[in-house]
Amino acid sequence: MGEAIAFYFISACILGFAVLVITTKDTVHSVLFLVLDFLFVAALYVLLGAQFLAAIQILVYAGGIVVLYLFVVMLVNLKRPPEAHSDPHRQTKWGFALSVAVLVELSAVAAYSVASPSPPLAAAVAAAPSIPVTGNTEEVGWLLYTSYLIPFEIASMLLLVAMIGAIVLAKREL
Amino acid sequence: MITPTHYMLLSAALFMIGVIGVMVRRNIIIIFMSIELILNAVNINLIAFSAQLQNAVGQVFAIFVIAVAAAEAAVGLGIILAFYRNKETVNIDEMNLMRW
Repeated sequence: MGEAIAFYFISACILGFAVLVITTKDTVHSVLFLVLDFLFVAALYVLLGAQFLAAIQILVYAGGIVVLYLFVVMLVNLKRPPEAHSDPHRQTKWGFALSVAVLVELSAVAAYSVASPSPPLAAAVAAAPSIPVTGNTEEVGWLLYTSYLIPFEIASMLLLVAMIGAIVLAKREL
Repeated sequence: MITPTHYMLLSAALFMIGVIGVMVRRNIIIIFMSIELILNAVNINLIAFSAQLQNAVGQVFAIFVIAVAAAEAAVGLGIILAFYRNKETVNIDEMNLMRW
């Protein structure tokens, strides 16, 4: 019961703040709503028993990425808001129509999966490797440094390349 | 009782809000934030199934998604800055040149 109340409260906050992110006129307010949204997603991770991911979410998203966004919003000091310029060729109606098409597809998938539930996942659960650890962080760390070591290294290379790329792009002249 | 279906519906709704943001807004910074919302929806799905299956692999993949999102934000915002320096706008309707 308590879990249900927490889930519905957190979900309502996530969806409400997400709507505010995409509807607010002021970009700075939009970024701040994005921070709140990420914090509630982190709360949802705690509810799901993924405490390590919740910490990563707060550190990387709410602490790092959003600060990057705020820097850019304040660097591009907008005298003329982007929404003021209206392109006569802009197809907002088509944008909504395509969004509705995606919504219909997702609803069809959900309805199909509810109508014909998949067989029980006992086999998949049994196939999960037995890891001699206790605790969420240790479990994730064990997997990252054993089975998923190469993807982990590739992700670190990707971050290095992105860092160099961002410096090259943002520098006025090399 | 909260089942994975609940989490899937939440994730689908968040994904939809992100798609609408990408389709409808003109400010490219807002579009980037909508993409972050979409990536978060994917992460919610991964972690809900990770909890359901009692298997932490979903959380490992969520970490990779977060790493890619961080790389995407850094490079994307660098591109926005470089573009703004040249054309003084962040309106995607005015981003119609390959060179200038």
